[in-house]
Amino acid sequence: MSRARRRGNRIAKRALLYIAVVIVCIIYVFPIYWIFCTSFKTRAQAFNWPPLFIWNPTTRNYIDIFLKRQTEIEAITGKVIELATGAEVFFYNSFMAVLGSIALAILIGTLAAYSFSRYRPKGTDTLMFFILSTRMLPAIVVAIPMFFFYRKLGLYNTIPGLILLYTMFNLPFAVWMMKSFFDEIPIDIEQAAMVDGSKPLKIFFKIALPQVYVGLAATLGFLVINVWNEFLFAMLLTEKTTRTVPVALAATRGEVGINWGLLAAIEVLYVIPAIVLIFLLQKYLLRGMTFGTVRGV
Amino acid sequence: MTRQATSRIRRRSLTEKYFPIILITPAVAITLFLVIFPLIWALGLSFYDYNVIRGGVMRFVGLDNYARLLSSRTIWKRFVTTAEFVVSAVLLEFLIGFGLAFLFYQQFRGRRLAMALVTMPMLIAPVATGLFFRYIFDATHGVVTYFLYLITGKHIKLLSEHAMLSCVIVDVWQWSPFMMLFILAGLEAVPRHLLESAEIDRFSWFTKFRVVIWPTIRPLVMLALLFRTMDALRTFDTVYILTEGGPGTRTELISLHLYRLAFSFFRTGEACALAFILLVLVILLTNLYLRMARRVGV
Repeated sequence: MSRARRRGNRIAKRALLYIAVVIVCIIYVFPIYWIFCTSFKTRAQAFNWPPLFIWNPTTRNYIDIFLKRQTEIEAITGKVIELATGAEVFFYNSFMAVLGSIALAILIGTLAAYSFSRYRPKGTDTLMFFILSTRMLPAIVVAIPMFFFYRKLGLYNTIPGLILLYTMFNLPFAVWMMKSFFDEIPIDIEQAAMVDGSKPLKIFFKIALPQVYVGLAATLGFLVINVWNEFLFAMLLTEKTTRTVPVALAATRGEVGINWGLLAAIEVLYVIPAIVLIFLLQKYLLRGMTFGTVRGV
Repeated sequence: MTRQATSRIRRRSLTEKYFPIILITPAVAITLFLVIFPLIWALGLSFYDYNVIRGGVMRFVGLDNYARLLSSRTIWKRFVTTAEFVVSAVLLEFLIGFGLAFLFYQQFRGRRLAMALVTMPMLIAPVATGLFFRYIFDATHGVVTYFLYLITGKHIKLLSEHAMLSCVIVDVWQWSPFMMLFILAGLEAVPRHLLESAEIDRFSWFTKFRVVIWPTIRPLVMLALLFRTMDALRTFDTVYILTEGGPGTRTELISLHLYRLAFSFFRTGEACALAFILLVLVILLTNLYLRMARRVGV
């Protein structure tokens, strides 16, 4: 009898646990789910009160983002003309910014991280702190001088300018993150190779680097997200043709009668990388969010 | 022949000696040129009265900009707004993060999937987050407005009547999972045998927490709080998209104020001065953070 009751208790506890988990998941996923739904709604459906939970879905928004010509869009959606005509341009810009800057940041950052981790040149601690502190700055603080420099140097409103900026922006992350991965692998093999007279660069590429491939991939994932999500600098340093996706999205701010369905479709495409990466980076999430200073679970 | 060999050896050892320096040079140089250089320039500018749009002569005013800023009521109001945002967001994230951490400390089927779903907001762009919530909080067709209407029977205009609360909710939605990860990492570091012996000694839940769990997770919790404080202090994107500091200046955080000062009013000198005040604050916090991180030693 008592055993049966204890068992019943345990089942009840389990049930409660699952209910709690489901509720929590719903809370965190709901906004994303709702935008996903909205992206399949027409303008009228998106503006409906009460909000529609069951509706006749349309894929039209996804086609409109890329295919509609300006005049047609104007007739249908009113004010989002600017956004709707060239979404592929913004995705292209974002994509180029990501590609260029992460390639540079990972290359330069990994080399530096290796040196900091293995050779600990004089002043390592100071330099590491210095590098990190630049990343801790509120973006807006650096943005003011950057804005004027970019105008003076002719980098304003160019994709290479954006790439350069994001490289700088991401270097601290790449250095700290990669250093944390290098610190974890044993140094013995490298020392042995050094005694055998291998060149340092060869040791780096042939011995050290292969051991941190997973870490390299994780770092790359975070770099992609960092650049893909960056908004303030992109907003200040680009104009219509060089805008990245977040800037284009934000440009709809203040517009009256936004076509939320269309906007939602762009948002969905925009957050897909983040959603994919959350599954891939799950194990390194804490580490990535703390510049490798906290290893986590 | 011998001479050639020695010179080759010498050259080789020379490059090897500088090898570590060569590796770090690009990284340090880029950081220096692209961050420090502009900052120094901005520091210089903060001593001038200068409007970048008007151009014209730069008038040296010494510490006037700083004096004006620190004695202006507006700035203090913005700091209070910022503090209000930071404190309430971080506190809520801490409490919710704790709850979540205890939930995910349990083992159950689908735990990994559930964790991925809950942490999803962390990687989503703040701009997208801001837009999501602007739509679902919308006063005329937002779904959350609708839910609140069903519950309270009233039409609550979240973004205008409860602007600060809205901003805090969005921040909490996005960052409480971060707090959870920290606390969970702490919980999993609590030695099992201690927990078991606490179980055997029939400690009350509170005693168990105070004596066994808290000492282990404390440094991590502190670190998480500091990290979030620093981040919340820098918040720009979400609030800019969600309320743009409004209604009026209700949610104008210091970062938004700085943005306006620099790029709407173009009071460049003054903006640079404010930027530096903020900078000093952040450097102090970073220093503290690293010191704590080192002590945690994870």
